[in-house]
Amino acid sequence: MSIDVASLTMDAIASGLRSKEFNAEEIAQAALAFAEAENPKTNAYLTFASERALATARKVDAAIAAGTDPGPLAGVPIAVKDVIVTRGVRTTCGSKILEHYIPPYDATAITRIEAAGGVLLGKTNCDEFAMGSSNENSAYGPVRNPRALDRVPGGSSGGSAAVVAQGTAVASLGSDTGGSIRQPASFCGVVGVTPTYGRVSRYGLTAFASSLDHIGPFARSVRDAARLLGAMAGKDPMDSTSAAAPVPDYLAALDGNVKGLKIGLPKEYFTGLESETGALVSRAIDALKAMGCEVREISLPHTDYAIATYYIICTAEASSNLARYDGVRYSRRAEGADTLGEMYKKSRGEGFGAECKRRIMLGTYVLSAGYYDAYYLKAQRVRALIAQDYAKAFEQVDVIASPVSPFPAFKIGEKVADPMAMYLSDIYTITGDLAGIPCMSVPCGDTAEGLPVGLQIFAKHFDEPTMFRVADAYERSRS
Amino acid sequence: MKLTDQEVRNIAELANLRLGDQEVEAMAHDLGDILTHIEKLNELDTTGVEPMAQVLFAADPTATLREDIERPSLSNADALANAAVSGGGYY
Repeated sequence: MSIDVASLTMDAIASGLRSKEFNAEEIAQAALAFAEAENPKTNAYLTFASERALATARKVDAAIAAGTDPGPLAGVPIAVKDVIVTRGVRTTCGSKILEHYIPPYDATAITRIEAAGGVLLGKTNCDEFAMGSSNENSAYGPVRNPRALDRVPGGSSGGSAAVVAQGTAVASLGSDTGGSIRQPASFCGVVGVTPTYGRVSRYGLTAFASSLDHIGPFARSVRDAARLLGAMAGKDPMDSTSAAAPVPDYLAALDGNVKGLKIGLPKEYFTGLESETGALVSRAIDALKAMGCEVREISLPHTDYAIATYYIICTAEASSNLARYDGVRYSRRAEGADTLGEMYKKSRGEGFGAECKRRIMLGTYVLSAGYYDAYYLKAQRVRALIAQDYAKAFEQVDVIASPVSPFPAFKIGEKVADPMAMYLSDIYTITGDLAGIPCMSVPCGDTAEGLPVGLQIFAKHFDEPTMFRVADAYERSRS
Repeated sequence: MKLTDQEVRNIAELANLRLGDQEVEAMAHDLGDILTHIEKLNELDTTGVEPMAQVLFAADPTATLREDIERPSLSNADALANAAVSGGGYY
């Protein structure tokens, strides 16, 4: 019997396991075989965790045979971005500097997914240390977008978006610091969710910018993404920044009822975007209106300052977080240095790629003596203004809708020569991270060339249920 | 805003990064571009605005602390499994 992994939903897996149409080991075998065969097209997986996947699947089958609940993710093949550590499974962070790193422990998100019956299939390619918007900054080569192989899948979680679009995993995990889940989700035509800051433990997520980093799910439907988030979310004693707020039943929120919900359209997010992207997003908003949502224009007046704010804060934090890759505690050590200082400099100079170096340099500069107040402190003050913009907007509306990116997936190589142009493409996503609010991308159609476009939905802190309700209702209206 | 090659080399020294001559030149250009964009923040008067260091939610000051209970940690062998060289003179 052949299992078509590319079309499996979590509900289909659950009912197939119940009816004994297949078992979890058969799904894992089919998923691994399909993923290994298809991967050369996209370069989305860096490492397969075959033994671990089959072992987890057998545990699920044993639980079912024993009549115990195998968990809400039983048998679901899940891929994980290679910045999230996995015990015994190589974790490179897309960097040469960690080429041979095999973590001795699991991230909490991984532990929880496996406890819920989820099957870790493998690790996905990404921009080096999650720094990038196109996946071209990986030391292991770019990922190709499954929807258009000459184009980028977005970044930095490009591999995680691509495997879900390609069908080589049913769902996946990414990380989002400035849009690294939502932007690739929109470019690849899948659902991608950045939960509230602190909603998912970051224990075991390789730190990039700690005040902005999130773990979140990718899936082919809002329902599957909501289920995966529910299995990972909640307080973790190993991460003091994880939130104590109780985790609601996200699936219960998917009732299709959005009548009377107020949706804000921030006027600053509808300028400077490509017309086809704008038209598809407007059509999605019309569909929500037709379902009874009230739509009104709002303003997030500090949007224009978000990129400058973000690239100060994230690089400052990155320069500090990446100090640990020094050829001693982690990472490969350069040969032929005579002093300790030389060894540090040489190991880091050889190990990091261009974008990481750029961000470490910028971060070091903005934190250096005499500049701290002018840059870092200033950026933290503007960050507060950006967060206040959202707080004020949410006094008037329940959710906010916007495009995810000003344009669909661009060609591989098109923007690599101009880092500033690449940074500017994050304009619609980074404010969500700066404010720490939940936000997501849900597919809203394709351009004439067949390139997917995403609708972005933002909600109040911890109001993932309303965000999912709107996204799910919209998704249903399209099918 | 423009950075000189010497300024770039000074920052690289602080960051413990060895950069080649070509990298220094490209870095001076790229950082200059980004810093020029960043100057935009000076348009804003932020007097009296509290800096936001972290996304915080209302909670008890000790809510983020766990009970101080002894737990097993990684074994020596696990902790050193990735070390290229261990033992005499290393760890």
